[in-house]
Amino acid sequence: MASEGDRRPDPEVARRSRLLEGLRLEGEGARGVAIALLSSFVFVAVVIVAVTQSAGWPEVKRAFFDWGDISNAFPDIARAFVLNVKIFLVCEVFILILALVIAVLRSLPGPVFFPLRALAILYADLARGVPTILVIALLGFGAPALQLQGVPTSRVFWAGVGLILIYSGYVAEVYRAGIESVHPSQEAAARSLGLSRFQALRRVILPQAIRRVIPPLLNDFIGLQKDTALVAVLGVIDAFNQAQIYSNSTFTYGAYLAAAALFVAITIPLARLTDWLIARDRRRQQAGSAFA
Amino acid sequence: MSALRLDGVHKSFGANEVLRGIDLAVEDHEVVCLIGASGSGKSTLLRCVNLLERLDGGRIFLGGEEITARGVDVNAVRRRIGIVFQAYNLFPHMSVLRNVTLAPRDVLGLSRAEAEERGLELLARFGLEDRHDEYPDRLSGGQQQRVAIVRALAMRPELMLFDEVTSALDPELVAEVLSVIRELAEGGMTMVIATHEMSFARDIASRVCFLDEGLILEEGPPAQIFSNPRQPRTEQFLQRIIEAGRL
Repeated sequence: MASEGDRRPDPEVARRSRLLEGLRLEGEGARGVAIALLSSFVFVAVVIVAVTQSAGWPEVKRAFFDWGDISNAFPDIARAFVLNVKIFLVCEVFILILALVIAVLRSLPGPVFFPLRALAILYADLARGVPTILVIALLGFGAPALQLQGVPTSRVFWAGVGLILIYSGYVAEVYRAGIESVHPSQEAAARSLGLSRFQALRRVILPQAIRRVIPPLLNDFIGLQKDTALVAVLGVIDAFNQAQIYSNSTFTYGAYLAAAALFVAITIPLARLTDWLIARDRRRQQAGSAFA
Repeated sequence: MSALRLDGVHKSFGANEVLRGIDLAVEDHEVVCLIGASGSGKSTLLRCVNLLERLDGGRIFLGGEEITARGVDVNAVRRRIGIVFQAYNLFPHMSVLRNVTLAPRDVLGLSRAEAEERGLELLARFGLEDRHDEYPDRLSGGQQQRVAIVRALAMRPELMLFDEVTSALDPELVAEVLSVIRELAEGGMTMVIATHEMSFARDIASRVCFLDEGLILEEGPPAQIFSNPRQPRTEQFLQRIIEAGRL
């Protein structure tokens, strides 16, 4: 252990090497990085030339890359995109809670809890088996049509409920994997100190489980952010529907690209954050094993 | 009245009968060492006492009350019994001090200040006070196991169970853990210790029980068991230990 401490790497060097590792460039040195830059440059140049010189390019450019169309549509689409982000943020909170409840129900041991376990399994199976668009249409058109007292008639509300129901099924499975990855000896240690089952779960099992599943949880949230576009089937004006309106009036598709860029602007940082968290966990595990 | 009494305890895992009728009484301040080959039932016996395993037969009494009766609050029973495991089982996401104060705060309802005072005092007693802010994976195996002992002691149990607590340790770290147990014995703690450390058992035990295939085959004072065993199987077991250079 003492020798570990003596050759602790310089943090700046370590940070750089992690960046290179992410790009699979570690251990390549300055020459390797130069070659990578040059080859990327050549590659991009060749692609640009090949695409813009091809016979169909003027057509493609007119249909998809008309800067006038894109910049015209962008402000309205960005305003509509706020709705997608709002749906995402609100649903996320409810999904995290509902999924945790389902996962905990499914992890309850003993014959007494069989009905709850069975219910949780059935739920996860249904939520993952039914197409999201179908559930959103079912709730978004169906629930307001009932015209029951006290039942909200907002389509956005019901689309949100649909997303929460579907994604909770996925996220519950992620939680469950985390709970099962905590060694049973941890629960035994907690219970042996007199903690109740619930206390052991709250203090010992879940904190360890959730830490381990943060990267896959973020992965599911990337999917959720994309799927907020499904509210468009209810006629709600979100980024996708707004893009469609512009596209229908110009007979070009640049507006779709504008909407796509907005989604990507949110999901790419989430994806990089997920990668970073996974890499950090791996480093921690390696550091931990040095002391085992 | 015995501190702990086992009456005809049976336990099976599937078709495998691990305990086949254990009778044992442990008096206050007594240190009972369980010896025997791996698989003889030592660990299972300790886990049964702590109600981590459900009995298939027999009864267990703690301080005269039956703890295996229906309707007994298992959490209340476990509060009174400390157990230390072979693999330490510290909570890796908590600092040493949090490991030690978790149960006193959540189970006994101590305030944070009270629990930390109690925890720091115990850590200091076993030479761990400067480690209270560390996470378990920054500690050596011997230190982790001492923290696990402190974690159990922080509940002020009336009985301590030790399940081969030095078996996972590097040889040079065994002594520091055994000296902690020795200190507890000198302080009068009632203990049941499953161990492969024969010289330690000979030294510390008021009584040694030899387990063989789920039964206590022979019990007596360490001097008698180690130098003059009555049962041929005990003799055989000790002979193998001596050949392995462990006694």
